[in-house]
Amino acid sequence: MLSSLTTRFALLKQLRRGNLGDVIFQLLALLFGLSILALVFGIVFETWAQSAPSRREFGWSFLWSTAFDPPNDSFGALPFIYGTIASSILAILIAGPIGIGIAAYLVEIAPRRLNQIVGFVVELLAAVPSIVFGLWGIIVLAPWLKNYIVPPLQAVLGWTPLFSGTFFGPSVFAAGIVLSIMILPTVAAISRDVLRAVPDAQREGMLALGATRWEMFSRAVLPYGKSGITGAVILGLGRAAGETMAVTLIIGNSPKIFTSLFDQGATMASIIANNFAESRGLFLSSLIEIGLMLFAVTFLINVGARLLVSLISRQPQGGIRA
Amino acid sequence: MNRAARLRLSLWMALGLTMSLVVFASCGGGGEQGGGGGGASSISGAGATFPAPIYQQMFQQLAQDSGIQVDYQAIGSGGGIEQFTNKTVDFGASDAPMTNDQVQSAGGDPQHIATVGGAVVATYNLQGVQSGLKLRGQTLADIFQGKITRWDDPAIAQDNPGVNLPSADIAVVHRSDGSGTTNIFSSYLSAVSSDWKNQVGAGTELKWPVGIGAKGNDRVSGEVSRTPNTIGYVELAYATENNLPYASIQNANGEFVEPSLDSSRAAIENASIPDDLRVTVSSTNPSGSGVYPITGLTWLLVRQQQDDLSKCKSVAQMAWYTTHDGQSLAPKQNYVQIPSSVVSLDEQKIKGLQAEGQSCYQQ
Repeated sequence: MLSSLTTRFALLKQLRRGNLGDVIFQLLALLFGLSILALVFGIVFETWAQSAPSRREFGWSFLWSTAFDPPNDSFGALPFIYGTIASSILAILIAGPIGIGIAAYLVEIAPRRLNQIVGFVVELLAAVPSIVFGLWGIIVLAPWLKNYIVPPLQAVLGWTPLFSGTFFGPSVFAAGIVLSIMILPTVAAISRDVLRAVPDAQREGMLALGATRWEMFSRAVLPYGKSGITGAVILGLGRAAGETMAVTLIIGNSPKIFTSLFDQGATMASIIANNFAESRGLFLSSLIEIGLMLFAVTFLINVGARLLVSLISRQPQGGIRA
Repeated sequence: MNRAARLRLSLWMALGLTMSLVVFASCGGGGEQGGGGGGASSISGAGATFPAPIYQQMFQQLAQDSGIQVDYQAIGSGGGIEQFTNKTVDFGASDAPMTNDQVQSAGGDPQHIATVGGAVVATYNLQGVQSGLKLRGQTLADIFQGKITRWDDPAIAQDNPGVNLPSADIAVVHRSDGSGTTNIFSSYLSAVSSDWKNQVGAGTELKWPVGIGAKGNDRVSGEVSRTPNTIGYVELAYATENNLPYASIQNANGEFVEPSLDSSRAAIENASIPDDLRVTVSSTNPSGSGVYPITGLTWLLVRQQQDDLSKCKSVAQMAWYTTHDGQSLAPKQNYVQIPSSVVSLDEQKIKGLQAEGQSCYQQ
């Protein structure tokens, strides 16, 4: 309140001084700054208002109900929340280590020329439209998995519930792999920037003690960049949770609580993409409530990332320890 | 020019700019002028995607013949009914008849005018079975309900003597998006299988017991043609254009009939269609020789009592055209022409349209 008063006062003073350009610029900048807040509140308000029939009908049980029966107007969000979390976690399990590995290679090992090329290609990957990933997943990746990856996997791990059942192509497994490729640029690019920001003194100190390159990386560099890398991984997770078109194409769109990765599933984003156009009444309202929850989940992931980062960075910073 | 003057000037300029924008925007709206025959020159509609290609062609021809411009947006049947209910369009279009609740909330007087029909086919991918698979309704329902899980199941084999059915799991592919195609297909399964009716039911989107969901006809057919041992369902038009194999279905007379424009027209002819035309043909499992039962109609939605006489006249003329002269365009695009019994019901509806106390249909 006080600060806004002083800002207004400062504005008036400038106006009196006749500095019209500055005043207009400040007002415009303020407008743009506020517009992002207005947008977010607008989205929350609108989804909240339009999901009212669904919230009234199902109450809190919407969160843990597995019902999905459009002819009888009975809906629950659990299969979609579950599918979103499972596919995102599978994606981050694959993309996390690989992304950090790419970053480590680029920063610690690669010659500068190669560094630039690989860095460019990684960023290029981020610019590919998601529908292309989806089509590639369904036309190229799924048959390839079916022929070369799934048979050996099933021969070794087929007895576990995770890899049981017949693999037809569209599945949580394929969706997780496509997602992991899509979030790889996010994880790799941010991790690279984090590792690059680690002071060389860290590395030199460790090497001076006679450490190997691996010891230097794992004991001096990684702990130093721990908070940043955690942030990179969680941002990737957030992107995976919200991804829509590619997942809709390849996850198999079957709202159920699956145990096998070869089974079909559905995510919050995919059910909305599939049914928004042809739904009405309570069904439409339920879809909007799922949208509201997707908003909440991505919000929680981002807040969680920030909390985790600040928690980690409060601990003693990496450095060389005995 | 001193600073105060400059400030005033720029304020005036800003005001002028705003005014001109407002004037500009308000100009964009108006401009409805009367067209030929006392009807409005342009009307708008929204709804079903299934008949959109044939509607575009019909409306193009209508514009050439009579000068009536029809702006049709293929936003889906659900959206069409909603916009029609909210009166944001002059007519709606839907692949599924409006429910009683929907009719009530739209004011009670929406009329369904059937325009064309379509068939839904069961398409499959079986090595060694290029065409001619035969399925009875109950078997089809059991496959889509996950009760029959193998291709060499006796229930399939008994109707396909001499066909080498693979000993493999059946992969079911269904639509993942809400669709009139699903409505026609599931209405048929509900008619032939009481288990399906009780446990799954009919509608544009279902609680699918098994299977892979794919978005749109193109992804369903893509999934089926790419994956061996799959079965799915698509529109007949889509299957013919893409040379997909489809199954013959046993009708109520006990014959196995291949889907075609003729056999699904026979289904509409033989079905008992109520006067308000609100029926999904496949839900009646029509009996008769040469009938392919998995067939449905698509409708224009118009209000019997309208506010604007000139628009009402154009809507009536448009509806008359699509149900009469426009029908000749249907077979080329693989849509089923409506039989004369349905046309005469349509005529009653169109002649009953009124606005400002006058009948909208002229001729």
